[in-house]
Amino acid sequence: MINRVTDLIINNIGEQAIVRIEEENLQPILVIHIDNLVETAFLLRDTEGYYFDFLSNISAVDYHPEQRFGVVYHLASIPYQTQLTLKVEIENDRRFDNLPEVPSVATVWRTADWHEREAFDLMGIFFTGHPDLRRILLPDDWQGYPLRKDYEDAETYHGIAIK
Amino acid sequence: MTRYTEGLENYKKKIAAITSQEMVINMGPQHPSTHGVLRLELITDGEVVKDIIPHLGYLHRCFDKHAESMNYGKAIPFTDRLDYLSSMNNSHAFVMGVERMLKIENKLPKRVEYIRVLVCELNRIASHLIAIGTYGIDIGAFTPFMWCFRDREHIMNMLEWASGSRMLYNYIWVGGLFYDLPVGFEKRCQEFVDYFKPKLVELDDLLSNNQIFISRTANIGALPADVAINYGCSGPMLRASGIKWDLRRVDGYSVYPELEFEIPVGKGEMGMLGDCWDRYKVRVEEVKESVKIIEQCLQRLQTDFKRTPDFDPRGLVPKKVNLKAQEYYVRAENPKGELGFHFVTQEKTDVPKRVKARGPSFNNLSVLPELGKGQLIADLIAILGSIDIVLGEVDR
Repeated sequence: MINRVTDLIINNIGEQAIVRIEEENLQPILVIHIDNLVETAFLLRDTEGYYFDFLSNISAVDYHPEQRFGVVYHLASIPYQTQLTLKVEIENDRRFDNLPEVPSVATVWRTADWHEREAFDLMGIFFTGHPDLRRILLPDDWQGYPLRKDYEDAETYHGIAIK
Repeated sequence: MTRYTEGLENYKKKIAAITSQEMVINMGPQHPSTHGVLRLELITDGEVVKDIIPHLGYLHRCFDKHAESMNYGKAIPFTDRLDYLSSMNNSHAFVMGVERMLKIENKLPKRVEYIRVLVCELNRIASHLIAIGTYGIDIGAFTPFMWCFRDREHIMNMLEWASGSRMLYNYIWVGGLFYDLPVGFEKRCQEFVDYFKPKLVELDDLLSNNQIFISRTANIGALPADVAINYGCSGPMLRASGIKWDLRRVDGYSVYPELEFEIPVGKGEMGMLGDCWDRYKVRVEEVKESVKIIEQCLQRLQTDFKRTPDFDPRGLVPKKVNLKAQEYYVRAENPKGELGFHFVTQEKTDVPKRVKARGPSFNNLSVLPELGKGQLIADLIAILGSIDIVLGEVDR
């Protein structure tokens, strides 16, 4: 399966789209270059023989202590009953005025809308081109991104001591 | 920083810019029809809903963050609290993921697997009974609610007998079970099945084919299959739109390939395909299929995989979960839909680097603004009830 998908991407987009394939996992992971993500997503969704029309999950990962974040996309194809895992990786210095930026796939799969809002809310990943990117689980005025490994609890919330 | 707050500013502008004949109504977080603490911000024009903005997070308990600070076994009680109406199914999915990474999935005794499927299906019935009963009460039928809760209570009592707890069981462990089934459980369960089957016929007479109920639900909130897939809907939501997609069959995990059951799909019997009535009916049919599965499990647990004195349900429970650094996404069919866990493990420790829970209700709820636009407020209640959300899982 993974070989067919890589062939498809290389033939239609080019070799630069695939950074590497992590095959030591139970499910092989295809690491995609961040500039080709949306293109690849459309290709996988719309090509006959693949039709990855169902986005199960988007999961943001903090590879602390490295200065690196990952966004993992778990796809499934309902007509062919297959699964595929895509990943993009971003280097970032963890400053709050310089969030890691990933192109949004909400135009490809509508379900990505809420998943990306969650990743933005908890991990602080900015999805460019997202239609409505604001916090989803935490209050709008929350400071910081709690799922980051270097997150530290605030001392106060609205002037109330919470520790 | 303004780029990062642009979405919030746009939302505030949208609320501020409503016209004079429109009105913003807050439904929730304590509205009884939201089945929990969900707030829906409705922009209405008279009785018609023009836009819906759901606000989540009132029940956010940081499952992801908690799971990063404890080992796999300790995280199981937290998975119970995701969808607290189907705790068994949640922990089954979680445990299955860890077992596959440990590569002990195929070594498990068959009796353990059959007990797992038995308790999961009992829990599925309990969860669907709540969905059906509370849906009745949303629409204005009080009796089905009481009848469903009465039957569900039998299941709660049985699962309490097996695990020691009424709703949050911590019964399925990595590599086995907390305990074997108590002596006499199979007989008691068989009695329940015999009692329960006629009740399902009663339920059909009382609610499914009730003309008032049909008028309130048929042709309301029809969800086309392509929209359902695009929004990541799963479980009864997706099947009601006519797509035969059940992970118990697609993935064939545990002992489901050895069991006989059908996958009910929506047929549009009372109106359009994928309307509220179809979603309701798929759940009713699934309860009947679960009863079939339970009967087969009971039969095999009393013949081929009988209780033996040397059977140890904790025989394969690892002292410490030792995994190499890897990533794995496990998915399983919950009563609400596809429950997934994405594990990122690390070397030399039994604490995961990242566990992300993918709740089916979270995705099913995201289609609500699409379904509810242009409907009446009263119909919105019917649509929301038919989605069958559990806020414990939406917010996690």
